Amino acid sequence: MSAPLVRIDGLKKSFGDVVALAGISLQAHAGKIFGLLGPNGAGKSTTVKILAGLIVADSGSVEIAGRDVFKEPAAARAAIGYVPQEVTVDPYLTAREHLDFYASLYHLPETVRETRIREALALVGLVGQEQRRARRLSGGTKKKLDLACGLLHRPPVILLDEPSLGLDVQVRHDVWNHVLELKRQGAAIFLCTNYMDEAERLCDEIAIIDRGGIVAEGAPEELKGRLNRDIVAVEVAGSNHHHADSAAALERALADLPVVREARREGTRLKVYVEGRETALPLIVETAARAGISVQSITYSRPGLDEVFLHYAGRAFSEGATNGA
Amino acid sequence: MRKFVEETHAQFTRWMLHLRREPFSLAFNLLNPVILLVFMGSAFQGMARSSLGSDYRGYLLPGILALTAFGNSMAGGIPLLFDRENGSLMRLMSAPISRASIILSRFLAVNVSTMLQSLLILVLGIAFGVRIATGIGGVLALLGVGLLLGFGITAISLMLAFRFENHGDFFAVIGLTSLPLTFLSSAFVPIESLPAWMRAVALINPMTYAIDAMRALILTGWNPQALGTMAAVLVLFDAAMLWLGSRVIGRHLA
Ligand SMILES: Nc1ncnc2c1ncn2[C@@H]1O[C@H](COP(=O)(O)OP(=O)(O)O)[C@@H](O)[C@H]1O
Ligand SMILES: [Mg+2]
Repeated sequence: MSAPLVRIDGLKKSFGDVVALAGISLQAHAGKIFGLLGPNGAGKSTTVKILAGLIVADSGSVEIAGRDVFKEPAAARAAIGYVPQEVTVDPYLTAREHLDFYASLYHLPETVRETRIREALALVGLVGQEQRRARRLSGGTKKKLDLACGLLHRPPVILLDEPSLGLDVQVRHDVWNHVLELKRQGAAIFLCTNYMDEAERLCDEIAIIDRGGIVAEGAPEELKGRLNRDIVAVEVAGSNHHHADSAAALERALADLPVVREARREGTRLKVYVEGRETALPLIVETAARAGISVQSITYSRPGLDEVFLHYAGRAFSEGATNGA
Repeated sequence: MRKFVEETHAQFTRWMLHLRREPFSLAFNLLNPVILLVFMGSAFQGMARSSLGSDYRGYLLPGILALTAFGNSMAGGIPLLFDRENGSLMRLMSAPISRASIILSRFLAVNVSTMLQSLLILVLGIAFGVRIATGIGGVLALLGVGLLLGFGITAISLMLAFRFENHGDFFAVIGLTSLPLTFLSSAFVPIESLPAWMRAVALINPMTYAIDAMRALILTGWNPQALGTMAAVLVLFDAAMLWLGSRVIGRHLA
């Protein structure tokens, strides 16, 4: 693989006694989407702000396109397009004026300026709305304008901090398509997200971050495969007062099976983590029959990133990170 | 250098668009000056004519011009604080632009706006019958004095934009300084007629020197002594504030 465009090594950062980053190392490559996936407060924004040269780290090194972010900030900045988590469009300016503004800040030559602005407007689907003040654009359109502003200068490294946060489904898909298009054009995309579907759908490589540390890293499929466990969800049938008991009884009965790694009961549903799907399914059905428990339904699924997180972080993704704060 | 100019120009253009599209903030700053000019001018016209021996509106106009420059300059940092609060400033700083262009563009925009507002007040004053003793040249000089006062105050305001963490505090400071400091100067009555403690504050208040020079320009004529004192005091004040401002802001924008 070619040299990474983003190289983070032993990065540490604390705010007072809150440890935001406990020493992380990551790499992102051209033409790939690298995802930093983690719950709120995990340290994603801190990482990306350090990459953008906006926060100085306590220790560790960061290189963008071969330039040291702390020693050659101007050169490193020239290679990035940073789109922050918050929408930062100026309500008083039109969409077109935003693009003119960034075109000037990035010193786009007169010869390419107009084409780039048109391309950016087209990419995010803003053609025909360029004369509207940002104040009057919808939330999703503002976010798209924000994206367009960060891409005008065609940076080799694109830093996206939760690009689809709070957007509705249609706009999220639009944003995802833009991100995939940017990847196709060859940029290295460093994407922070706390949406697992976004990470699965977009990322070639994922690092799961929790409380300032990387707990797992790899391609999404690889991460899920590495768990080496599948999920069998069993719904127990029975009268209202009994079925919860039945589920508990089944849980006990299954605990002795060697293929079963772990079982979690949620009311009448039993989530069984198994190793080896082929043998596990019949074994579970058999065990239930022998214990006299009737099963209403049984479904099999591959683990998702939420299971990956649960496994490596030791708690559910949705519990969030408090980070000692 | 060419890059610095382009960066500053782009940001200055943004602030000018704000000025055009946000007329209320302009009206907000002009509210007190216009009230003073119209109502206070009328209320004290008769009384002042006998004691000051001059037209009271002409006497008031310098104080009102100083208040306009002070208020607008003091509020000048607020948009930067908004940019800090909503993340825009961070985003701007992720671009490989000169940090000085961020400050310079705002500084220029604030002072252009001060000049426009002062001109508006002057025109209003003239419409109410104030005669400028030094004529057209005097009008330009009056705008110049306003700017000279505004430079130092703008530097303070831009500095505060990086010290405060929310704009509510900032508004409070503006509310607590503008009008009181105008009263604690030679704006409304001759400085000799103020009580001792007020006179002491007035003497270290840069507005006093701007007002004395403007008053000479409006009421009597080109007065080298008033102009000289004003220029010396304000240039010193501006230099000190710009120096302090660049140190404080430099630490935040590194
Ligand atoms: N400027 C700051 N001052 C103090 N604490 C901060 C600051 N920025 C972030 N933190 C803390 O650092 C941790 C990581 O935050 P952040 O990187 O924003 O997380 P994420 O983007 O993953 O939600 C959190 O506990 C947060 O409260
Ligand atoms: Mg964040």
